[in-house]
Amino acid sequence: MTVKEIFETMDYGPAPESSKEALAWLASKGDFGHFIGGAWTAPGTLFAVMNPATDTLLAQVTQGTQADVDAAVKAARKAQPAWAKDGHARAKVLYALARILQKQSRLFAVLETLDNGKPIRESRDIDVPQAVRHFYYHAGMAQIMADELPDRQALGVCGQVIPWNFPLLMLAWKIAPALAMGNTVVLKPAEWTPLTALLFADICNQAGVPPGVVNIVTGDGEVGEMIVTADVDKVAFTGSTGVGRRIRELTAGTGKALSLELGGKGPYIVFEDADIDSAVEGVVDAIWFNQGQVCCAGSRLLVQEGIADVFYTKLKARMSGLRIGDPLDKCIDIGAIVHPRQQARIRDMLAAHPEGETFQTTAPSGCYFPPTLITGLAPASPLMQQEIFGPVLVATTFRTPVEAVEIANSTRYGLAASVWSENINLALDVAPKLVAGIVWVNGTNMMDAAAGFGGVRESGFGREGGWEGLTGYTKPVAAPAKTRSIAAHTGDGGAGGLDRTAKLYIGGKQARPDSGYSRAVYGPKGALLGHTSLASRKDLRNAVEACNAAKGWAKSSGHLRAQILYYMAENLSARATEFATRLKSLTGSDGTAEVEASISRLFSAAAWADKYDGQVHDVPIRGVALAMKEPVGTIGILCPDDAPLLGLISAMAPAIAMGNRVILAASQPFPLIATDLYQVLDTSDLPGGVVNILTGDHSDLADPMARHMDIDAVWAFADPALAKGIEVAAAGNLKRTWCGALDWSRDNTKAILPHATEVKNIWIPYGA
Amino acid sequence: MPQDPTAASGAFPVTTKEHLPRNPGMPLDMDWVMSAQANTSAIERRAATLPGRRSVKKDYQAAWLCKAISLIDLTTLSGDDSAGRVQRLCAKARQPVAPDLLEALDMTGLTTGAVCVYHDMVETAVAALAGSGIPVAAVSTGFPAGLSPFHLRIAEIGESVAAGAAEIDIVISRRHVLTGNWQALYDEMAEMRAACGDAHVKAILATGELGTLRNVAKASLVCMMAGADFIKTSTGKEPVNATLPVTLTMIRAIRDYHDRTGIYVGYKPAGGISKAKDALVYLSMIKDELGDRWLQPDLFRFGASSLLGDIERQLEHHVTGSYSASWRHAIG
Repeated sequence: MTVKEIFETMDYGPAPESSKEALAWLASKGDFGHFIGGAWTAPGTLFAVMNPATDTLLAQVTQGTQADVDAAVKAARKAQPAWAKDGHARAKVLYALARILQKQSRLFAVLETLDNGKPIRESRDIDVPQAVRHFYYHAGMAQIMADELPDRQALGVCGQVIPWNFPLLMLAWKIAPALAMGNTVVLKPAEWTPLTALLFADICNQAGVPPGVVNIVTGDGEVGEMIVTADVDKVAFTGSTGVGRRIRELTAGTGKALSLELGGKGPYIVFEDADIDSAVEGVVDAIWFNQGQVCCAGSRLLVQEGIADVFYTKLKARMSGLRIGDPLDKCIDIGAIVHPRQQARIRDMLAAHPEGETFQTTAPSGCYFPPTLITGLAPASPLMQQEIFGPVLVATTFRTPVEAVEIANSTRYGLAASVWSENINLALDVAPKLVAGIVWVNGTNMMDAAAGFGGVRESGFGREGGWEGLTGYTKPVAAPAKTRSIAAHTGDGGAGGLDRTAKLYIGGKQARPDSGYSRAVYGPKGALLGHTSLASRKDLRNAVEACNAAKGWAKSSGHLRAQILYYMAENLSARATEFATRLKSLTGSDGTAEVEASISRLFSAAAWADKYDGQVHDVPIRGVALAMKEPVGTIGILCPDDAPLLGLISAMAPAIAMGNRVILAASQPFPLIATDLYQVLDTSDLPGGVVNILTGDHSDLADPMARHMDIDAVWAFADPALAKGIEVAAAGNLKRTWCGALDWSRDNTKAILPHATEVKNIWIPYGA
Repeated sequence: MPQDPTAASGAFPVTTKEHLPRNPGMPLDMDWVMSAQANTSAIERRAATLPGRRSVKKDYQAAWLCKAISLIDLTTLSGDDSAGRVQRLCAKARQPVAPDLLEALDMTGLTTGAVCVYHDMVETAVAALAGSGIPVAAVSTGFPAGLSPFHLRIAEIGESVAAGAAEIDIVISRRHVLTGNWQALYDEMAEMRAACGDAHVKAILATGELGTLRNVAKASLVCMMAGADFIKTSTGKEPVNATLPVTLTMIRAIRDYHDRTGIYVGYKPAGGISKAKDALVYLSMIKDELGDRWLQPDLFRFGASSLLGDIERQLEHHVTGSYSASWRHAIG
């Protein structure tokens, strides 16, 4: 077209970004080996890496083998102790990585777009700058670690498996905090998108990363599995919930630290008093960012009924203006789908569920998928529940804020959510009620190194970014305690005095065990001390129902929870002698000190109840990111065999102080001290259902507890042989597990609090 | 008789697709006005990311820059304006770009959209532009503060129209917005519109003095309801003049008004747009938010004085491949 013709049509025309430099870099490298111990290995069995936008070959990359993974882990293991020594030295290296990434930003951006198909605008303006930011931010964390985290140390070697949707950015999210805390890494980029990781390997040497600190091994899911099962201390995975489950099972019982950042089906809630045009524009960034291949995408649109028609009309008009095509074009909104297999997945999922009314714009031929809106769906529609991972928005309506929250939370996922309203009261009321790790008020897809990212429910666990993200890459300096499994005493004596019946404690009432079985409990010298009920899975089920009925506890004030914990301490203190005597009768040792310590633990938990503050993160927006600490939910706790009173109270008190409800499986050999506690609980104003106590065999309770879909976490301080089974079963709803041991003679309250809370980041941009 | 700007805004090319009906206005709809929302952060984000999302290159960029020229209200609004100064400006409006460059682009005959002057300069400008088809716009109603006696403001409009102004840029009473007196704003605007007769009226909101984007949105709606043909950001004399967030707020109000009434209202950002690149961003924002129809002089103008100079340099670069110098282009 001539200038004169364009003057009339006012078309945009092509605005291509050159791929010359990136292709030249690829050509200079030839076939890729792995990056292990600071050097490139010879290429092995190769697989092709394609440009999805053009279906052309970009490079040949090596499929990793067990030997490759072993070599990488060995190199990382060797490099780790020296790397962990000097925070300032690490800071300098991370700073250099940030600088070099920044200096090579266009090369990284173009290579990312070639490999992944995302628009150059996104790789240039979002992926690469955010990756740079992560290295800067964590350079600082390395610098101040010794002062600010004196009780924490590196985990060791981290195995990291990252997805194809943000290849470089996910690498940065994984590598920067790991390195900052003194870990070394073996990272596997996604099979479809390994190239920026290989370019990153190239700059590691330039930045002075010591050999072995960063190792990059390429390959498919099998290689990922090799890394997960290798001799690593931590596995960090971002990807699908299905694979996350598999990794949970593979790492079960190994003692490896694990963080999983999985799928999502983010609600995008628009209230009638929202700035509708801005909310429509927000949808573009929510679901048509990166072709919708975003775990935290706002993929479920919830619009208040009264504005639904207007909203849909405006949204369709906006969709028609989206430009889809050559990802290297600087004037393109939507690029290529990462791979024809992903394109087929999206297509097949829509074809399998022809529900609602579909509005779709057009897409070029090839590996593209047009922006799609499906309205008129109900929460029960599969498309409202399943993650599509493509540019497909599904929509439904709601009437009230309560209903919006209900629909939003009617999902297995819990990663991110958006709330649009100009009413601060409404927005700030709804945001904390959404089950998600991240909530954006009047915004979407905001991320920063200073704010934790990660989910709840089946979106996984652990946080990346912020102070909260460092927990996943460190462990306590103190040597771990050993769990002791103690056998119950036996005997054949009879009881003296009036028979007392110790039932189960469920919903604030004593309940007979569903099984109808009890077991005699003997003292160390064989005296019959009483009977204890044998709880079964049905009693556990009832206890979970009781926990659900006590949900209000989570919303009660820290002050109130503190008052109740103090009251419990008061009532325990009043009966200290009785409890000490009972302990002696059960264990044979004097119980006075244990009772006193238990009272002290209740005081500690009460003290923390209103002091475990959240944070306001310094994110680069005009606004705040509130890192709010929320209770995990319902926690099942297998109490330690030893310290039957102190262990139970030490674990229970911090949990309920943070607003959780707990189901305690009492010390297996010494259960009667727990059943004695019922009356203390009854007289301390504790709402029924907040604390539930079961007695019986841990081996009977561990599995149904770990399997129960409505239990959010399991802490097992009992028989270590149960850990593996618990962690395998926990994969069902991806509940958090903590199988470990604590030295109960010490006050571990503060160390327990992070386990008892989830950090939710609420982003609140503002402006008059 | 005032000229009809929609019929011949510039001698070349005739780009206006059809003759649109003027905005007849409508009764003040307070429910609509009060429901207007503008989320500043979200609007700023959209504005901030747009330049990264849209890009026009090579011939397309040249064509877009020519389009920008055709949309400029070439303006002088200074206390020291004189007949000679205005005649010079009008000559530039007729020949905004060196003839050889326009020839190379096959855009000979391109002119600016209009010339914008104070009332006292209207006759001079009309005479200087005779036969060019370029309309003269007059700022009016006690520009820029709009605080002279109301009857004088109304009378000023009549005099400018009588002097040959085809377009009247009025200023609204900011205090009506700041005190939430929407009825007063509506009445004022309606009366000014009536005083314009056949001349088109551009309502200057002076957005830099309205406090919030929500006020900008509401004032935009009220002025359109009262019959404004155009809504315009600024006098150029406020501390902050045209910005992309303000633009987004105003053109979304225009879009809403069109969606509900079918009426096309024009938009004019004024003040602070001095770079060719900025002009391209504005045009892409209009194209994406309002649509191509608004990229014509009957619905869009830049109020600018120095923008043209930068565009000329970019066009020369496009034609010759060498970066240009300002002294190679005749001043206005």
